Amino acid sequence: MTTQTVSRKTRAPLVSLSAALPWLIATLFLLVMPLVFTSNSALTIMNQMAITIVFALAYNMLLGQGGMLSFGHAVYMGMGGFMCVHVMNYVEDFSLPLPLPLLPVFGGLFGMGMALIVGSFSTRKAGTVFAMISLGVGELIAACSVIIVAFFGGEEGVSGDRTYGLPVFGVEFLHQIEVYYLTAFWLVLSALLMYLFSRTPIGRMANAVRDNPERAEFLGYSARWVRFYSFVASGFFAGIAGGLFAINYEILTEENLNLATSGSILLVTFLGGVGFFFGPIIGAIVFTLLQTVLSLQTEIWQLYLGLLFVATVMYFPGGLAGVLMMHTLPIRFGKAGLLVGPYFKTLLPALACIFGAVSLLEILFHFRHAALGDEEMTLFWVTFNSHSPLPMLIAAIATVAGFWLARRGAPELAEAWHEANTPNAPQGGAA
Amino acid sequence: MDLILVNLIDGLVTGLLLFMLSAGLTLIFSMMGVLNFAHASFYMLGAYFAYQISMVLGFWMGLLIAPVIVGVLGALVERYGLRRVHQYGHVPELIFTFGLALLIEEVVQFIWGKDQMPYSIPEVLNFTALSIAGNAIPAYKVFMIFTSVAIFIALLYVLTRTRVGMIIQAALSYPRTVEALGHNVPLVFMGVFGVGTALAGVAGVIAGPVLSTFPGMAVVLGSIVFVTIVIGGLGSLWGALVASLLIGWITTFAKAYNIRMEDILTGIGFEKPLEMSENVFRDLWTITSPQIADILPYLLMVLILVVRPYGLFGKRDA
Amino acid sequence: MHKSTKFGLGAVLALSLGAGAAMAENVKIAFIDPLSGPFASTGSNGLSQYEFAAEALVNAKGGVLDGQNFEIVPFDNKISPKESLIQLQVAIDQGIRYVVQGNSSGVAHALTDAIEKHNRRNPDDRVLYLNYAAVDPALTNDDCNFWHFRFDANADIKMDALTDVIKDTPEIKKVYIIGQDYSFGKAVAAAAVSMLGAKRPDIEIVGNELHPIGKVKDFTPYARKIVSSGADAVITGNWGSDMLNLGKSVVENGFTGPIYTYYAAGSGITAAFGESGKGVIRLISQGQINPPESDEAANYINAFEAKYPDGNIDQPRITNVIGMLAAAINEAGSATDVVAVGKALESMEYDDIFSGKVFMRPQDHQLIQDMYIGAHTDEGVTFDYDNSGYGIVVEHKVDMAGMDSPTTCKMKRP
Repeated sequence: MTTQTVSRKTRAPLVSLSAALPWLIATLFLLVMPLVFTSNSALTIMNQMAITIVFALAYNMLLGQGGMLSFGHAVYMGMGGFMCVHVMNYVEDFSLPLPLPLLPVFGGLFGMGMALIVGSFSTRKAGTVFAMISLGVGELIAACSVIIVAFFGGEEGVSGDRTYGLPVFGVEFLHQIEVYYLTAFWLVLSALLMYLFSRTPIGRMANAVRDNPERAEFLGYSARWVRFYSFVASGFFAGIAGGLFAINYEILTEENLNLATSGSILLVTFLGGVGFFFGPIIGAIVFTLLQTVLSLQTEIWQLYLGLLFVATVMYFPGGLAGVLMMHTLPIRFGKAGLLVGPYFKTLLPALACIFGAVSLLEILFHFRHAALGDEEMTLFWVTFNSHSPLPMLIAAIATVAGFWLARRGAPELAEAWHEANTPNAPQGGAA
Repeated sequence: MDLILVNLIDGLVTGLLLFMLSAGLTLIFSMMGVLNFAHASFYMLGAYFAYQISMVLGFWMGLLIAPVIVGVLGALVERYGLRRVHQYGHVPELIFTFGLALLIEEVVQFIWGKDQMPYSIPEVLNFTALSIAGNAIPAYKVFMIFTSVAIFIALLYVLTRTRVGMIIQAALSYPRTVEALGHNVPLVFMGVFGVGTALAGVAGVIAGPVLSTFPGMAVVLGSIVFVTIVIGGLGSLWGALVASLLIGWITTFAKAYNIRMEDILTGIGFEKPLEMSENVFRDLWTITSPQIADILPYLLMVLILVVRPYGLFGKRDA
Repeated sequence: MHKSTKFGLGAVLALSLGAGAAMAENVKIAFIDPLSGPFASTGSNGLSQYEFAAEALVNAKGGVLDGQNFEIVPFDNKISPKESLIQLQVAIDQGIRYVVQGNSSGVAHALTDAIEKHNRRNPDDRVLYLNYAAVDPALTNDDCNFWHFRFDANADIKMDALTDVIKDTPEIKKVYIIGQDYSFGKAVAAAAVSMLGAKRPDIEIVGNELHPIGKVKDFTPYARKIVSSGADAVITGNWGSDMLNLGKSVVENGFTGPIYTYYAAGSGITAAFGESGKGVIRLISQGQINPPESDEAANYINAFEAKYPDGNIDQPRITNVIGMLAAAINEAGSATDVVAVGKALESMEYDDIFSGKVFMRPQDHQLIQDMYIGAHTDEGVTFDYDNSGYGIVVEHKVDMAGMDSPTTCKMKRP
């Protein structure tokens, strides 16, 4: 009598270590960061990054996974945020026992509610119609916000105080570090949930609908409803981001709803890379750094941002994540070493070219717009007179030389790239 | 009665200006299937270039030369930017034009600074053409009307009566066939893009003195232009005209007559609440039509998109 | 361009590792206002006036206490409340104790709220907020706090002075009120209606209108309404491009009466009005520019315009902010104990270069000073704005305006 015993041991575990590892590392990283960067402003910047990450991930549910370009997504984050500030005020006025960590849930629910209403008519068609409706609705609500003072507080917005919530383990969230840990907790939770959503049938069908809606319909799924569910889920997480914003800044204004905010999240997501789940995370971190830190260093940081964005769209439509992931194949083939030499030869001059161009721009800007008599400027730790021709000459030479050298090294880099991406011939294979 | 006439003229000016912008945009859309987010930025460039030229050569030279420069720039953008991004799909194209709009705004600020430029109406037009019931109609507004109408007629003529126009119309619908017939379709596309942006440039040259020349001027008009062509129907020139005039008149009349929500609501039968300061709906009660005048186009657009996604005159599904 | 435009990672790293400790040599003052975007010109011009005032009034005279100089550290808030809060945090981390801001009452509300919360939660790190231009009355009434000091007369005080002038102008029988649709515009309108009603009940208010702020570019429909209403005078609190476009439109459409404004000068507005504004535009403000109040004032303006040929002294109260802060620090004997400095600042009497005595009211931290109503003209102009030949010449003066004005402020003192 032979009984076939199915070995229980060969069933794959629910969560493999390799899948969970990035999450564990990221969580560890978040826990450790405040010990390295201790100042309050660094914490504020990290909080801003976290909020932007959640928002960008929510936005990518639409753009990257659903193929839906929305120009009015700031509305869901903003509305969620406004709701949360009002809840904070109710808690303060009526002494309700609501612990602060639960607040983003309200934001998420309200954002979801808004998305339910708008999605009911906007998700019928994808593509340009969807984009235009999102633009129209976004502008409408942003404009209404200055008129409906009761909910939106007019020009000053609405402000609240987060310290009146029920204390959690004695923590009243007076200090920035406590807010950081709360924000980090919600970041990990939201990112995890959004990742899991993308693995569910709905999430996968969203990809299918993005690529070929007609074929998806043949499979039996309604493209319209798949889009709708994606939209609503995206609205929920955007609302959570809004709640986190409310906790952090304790004030929401019309600025949170307007076209500029919607536009910037599009920028962030695309810069990071829409094709990968972690793309928006990279985009959010880089963008926040550029916005807060770079703006302190130079007045024309928005020009650099614009140039970076256009260059990304034209030359790296996969975004920063795309650029990173391009290297997985060479690494897997073990040929990544082939790239190091050509990278040096091409990227180093390219870097020099960029520095030269940046210097040129800074000098020109200072020359053109500085107050009369203010001729001194400091660039890269060097102080010099912006009106003398020598610095401009040096910068111009650096730009041109760097560009020429990079051009020269480019074919070699292309060759190395091809080589690195080609698998080795199979060992001892059949002829 | 007189006031209605005055408001009709004002609305006409606004509408025709909007039309100059949306005509180019809708042409570009029907050709490439992509909405050019940077269209309003070319409008801004037109105003700035005209200002710069008018400092040296006078307003009329600016009117002549600036649109040409803007058109050439547009053609270059199409050739070296858009064509490259086209291969990645529609969404990257939209995002590219969006980034371009951002970039142009930054470059303008880099070159000219952030202040408003003193670009003013030429002296020769700076008088009151006619006066209706004490309301002055500036001669410059009359000039704006004539220019816009002249451009529309010229455009219509070129598109429907000349050989080039025939080729363009054919290329808009069946580019491959036209290419097979031996015409240089990419050149046609570049030309249409250039002409479209040149039209935006003309609008900028003319509107600059009236609507102020400053780096934010593209953002102000940008979204309204999209609303216009969506309402009119993507790809339709007549639709753009009708929608522009409609929006021009709606916004002007909404601002001119103080229609109050309070009156409408009490007229329907709602009771006005006594204690207004604590009422949740207090803002709704105090709305007047000038407050919402600028929002009405968006409302209209959302309604039309829900009811009729093709827009009023659209032939093509967006 | 300000000296702190540095390019490099050094400052960034120092910032993030919390190494930006306060330097003992300089008293740093954070200037949080827009330096980019639509209101950049107002912000940059304000910054120039601050830097000049710090240099001329404090540093050139030996600084405060035992030789410490004032250093103005600019932060660009891009007119956004959220950005202002981030920059506030950055400033606090750099050890800065004094914050000046003025453009936009919206930002002011966000800042005063945030500073009050910060000071409550971090008693070792307190900052003072010197508001030099945000004039929403609520900031010194319901939303007041000990740390906030306002150096410009609030909207109600200004309207009080303005309506005093209108009261004495019998030709004005019909008035049209128009403003920006937000707290400040609404406050101006409400004050105008109530004060005109009290002082000249015979005046008919033929229009009371609010328009979306910063959105309207073509004011023609509004101008038409004003003209057809038969108004003799217009009252508006508009500022920035809204003021410019409204004024131009109204004049263009045939209105010939006086337009009473709060902010129709400087930042390109005077140059844009030019001839068309002569005899029409009127301005209520503090600080007398034409004719110059004193030789000291004239010398100050000359020195400023020599250094900044494109700048205007259109916010003379900035000299008061710097001067009074220096005096308060000297009186308190410390630049870091902001409670002591605050207590020295309130109830302080000070000699303004551009007017007479000014007084910081302790009950609501509102500075009481002379108010001037001037006209936009090219006659009798010693100091013009925007190099246009046109400037504001004083026609009326109201002494210590608002001295007895009521306040609902219930201030909690430390």
